[in-house]
Amino acid sequence: MSPATRSGRSPGARASSAGTVDWRSVAPAPVVLVVGPEDYLAARAMDAVRSQVRGVSPDLELTRLDAGSYAGGELLLAASPSLFGERKLVEVHGLESMTEEFLRDALAYVAAPDEDVVLVLRHAGGTRGKKLLDAVKASPAPIVDCQPLKKDADKAAFVAAEFRGSGRRIEREAIEALVAAVGSSLAELAAACSQLQLDAASTVDAATVEKYYGGRVEATAFKVADAALAGDAARALSAFRHALDTGVDPVPMVAAVAAKLRTLARVAGAQGSANQIARELGMQPWLVEQAQRDIRGWTPQSLAEAIRAVAEADAQVKGLARDPAYAVEHALGVVSAAAQAR
Amino acid sequence: MSVWADLRGQAHVVEQLRRAAAGEGLTHAWLFTGPPGSGRSTAAKAFAAALNCEVDDVLARGCGVCEGCREVLGETHPDVVFVRTEKVTITIDEAREMVAKAGDRPQAGRWRIIVVEDADRMAERTTNVLLKAIEEPTPRTVWMLCAPSPADVLVTIRSRCRPVGLRLPPVEDVAALLVERDGADPHLALEAARAAQSHIGIARRLVQDAAARERRSETVRLPLSLKTVSQAVALAEQLTRIATDEATSSNEERGAAERARLLATLGIREGDKLPPSLRAQVRQLEEDQKRRAKRSVTDSLDRTLTDLLSFYRDVLVIQLGNGVELVNSGLAAEVAEFAAGSTPEKTLARMDAINLTRQRITTTNVAPLLAVEAMAVGLI
Ligand SMILES: [Zn+2]
Repeated sequence: MSPATRSGRSPGARASSAGTVDWRSVAPAPVVLVVGPEDYLAARAMDAVRSQVRGVSPDLELTRLDAGSYAGGELLLAASPSLFGERKLVEVHGLESMTEEFLRDALAYVAAPDEDVVLVLRHAGGTRGKKLLDAVKASPAPIVDCQPLKKDADKAAFVAAEFRGSGRRIEREAIEALVAAVGSSLAELAAACSQLQLDAASTVDAATVEKYYGGRVEATAFKVADAALAGDAARALSAFRHALDTGVDPVPMVAAVAAKLRTLARVAGAQGSANQIARELGMQPWLVEQAQRDIRGWTPQSLAEAIRAVAEADAQVKGLARDPAYAVEHALGVVSAAAQAR
Repeated sequence: MSVWADLRGQAHVVEQLRRAAAGEGLTHAWLFTGPPGSGRSTAAKAFAAALNCEVDDVLARGCGVCEGCREVLGETHPDVVFVRTEKVTITIDEAREMVAKAGDRPQAGRWRIIVVEDADRMAERTTNVLLKAIEEPTPRTVWMLCAPSPADVLVTIRSRCRPVGLRLPPVEDVAALLVERDGADPHLALEAARAAQSHIGIARRLVQDAAARERRSETVRLPLSLKTVSQAVALAEQLTRIATDEATSSNEERGAAERARLLATLGIREGDKLPPSLRAQVRQLEEDQKRRAKRSVTDSLDRTLTDLLSFYRDVLVIQLGNGVELVNSGLAAEVAEFAAGSTPEKTLARMDAINLTRQRITTTNVAPLLAVEAMAVGLI
């Protein structure tokens, strides 16, 4: 983590914005802009700024404002120097639905911010208040861009970083299992990380993850997909039936198989070393290696057939079928056979 | 300009509606049908304007300049309600609301008019709510339902409506309209009209937005480099991305236009202070815009697949050698080479793969990327 610069503006250092900074390394500055739709990362970034300011100034005066119901004047009031010289932190939420009054006050403020105040602006996305965003971007203020982590590789990197910070170790198979089990929500993924850090005695391995999160829908889907792509129809079908019996929705299972087939198809067509391919496709190298091993049993025709069967099953479970379970079982059968076409 | 000017290549429909507006053959329920882009809702709107036109001469109704006409065209007329849904279906509550509105007496105009733009997006139960209102209409009420084809509306409703059948106007008429109305360059207008296969809205967008033209041209070239399953999966990703970009860009444009229109209706200029009493209305509009974003990605993906389909349609035209004009005339050489490398049967199978996926994404909540992947491997 970079050292906290108390009031960001070193004379003549930068003509325009400090640019985009990572949420893990954001430091307090007169104005900090937190943009992007991933609320969880935004909350973490704002926490980080708050705790750093608090670390330096324990008697900090904190004001929270909502830009969506802002009526006028509150910003200046909150940011005006305190009589007793306490450091001031102003956090403004909801800039994506800011009122005209907020836009006006904030534009005036960011043009000449008070060096003893930290103003954190949270804008979740959209075009409202673009003028203000542009003004901040043209200023030396740091900007934290909180985009959702879409790729499994990014989620795995997130888990790794969470563990790095804690000093506890996690095996890479465990990371993969954890991302598969609770990766659909970043907040849940982070919660799972801290839970495991607290509870696990030593290095976290895949078995620990299985024990904690194995019953989750995503984990079940992962098991079903894994078996089908390994060509093990019996194991895939029994995992699927077991999941259905426990009331698990078939939709995520179809999605998991589709995702694995997608990876297989992408890796099959890529040239170069596993590391090069991983970089190019935004995947973890070991996943590329696994896909390269898996692809040996397939032919182009069998891969195409498997993709078609899974798409058919998706259409069936989404409402066309009388018996959605049968549709998925059929697809699992096709996929398992296709995995051993060669 | 009269309200009928936008209905190019639909002389028979204009004649029918003009007479009705003059009192000859007017009835309480109308069903406007025609393929997407044929101007169903434009025709209904023009007819609604003509019915509430303030000109005394019945034969000149639909003048396009009186307050009545302008308010209907601008969708601000107090007696004319437009019902359109961005959702997959019109809900039963929305239908009840329509029926309630239909019962009110007209305040400013001659007729109270309900235009239902997506009459095909109604479940049977919902349609039955309308049925009674259409069967026993209040004397000053006119219903106008729009749907792609008569078969999309329950027979009980259909049988009570007078049909108005629109067809896709010839490419030349669409191009001429774009030149006259929007001042488009004639060459560009013709190319856009052809690429849009006479869908006026799409053609207009292609004329006005270079990025949209670029996306379309990217789409129709995709089949040229498709050889392997890996390429098919990459192609599927590209198609879904193109469709998402297209939806985002047209949503932003439309969103800004709607906001400007709402502010104008509320009597506020852009940049003015928004009084607290009106904030809720603006907020509501923004919420609605967000909600329809998902639906419009599906629509846009369907449109993108239609563009893709036009490539294979051109291939088939060349393979069958029937001398019909190509939709993608700029790609003639590539299409000819592609056609030589396959057979009509293979082309038809590919078109079937595209149509199957279009059907899935528009009627079922399937995962779009997976559905397009399955299609793409069928195009190899
Ligand atoms: Zn008029």
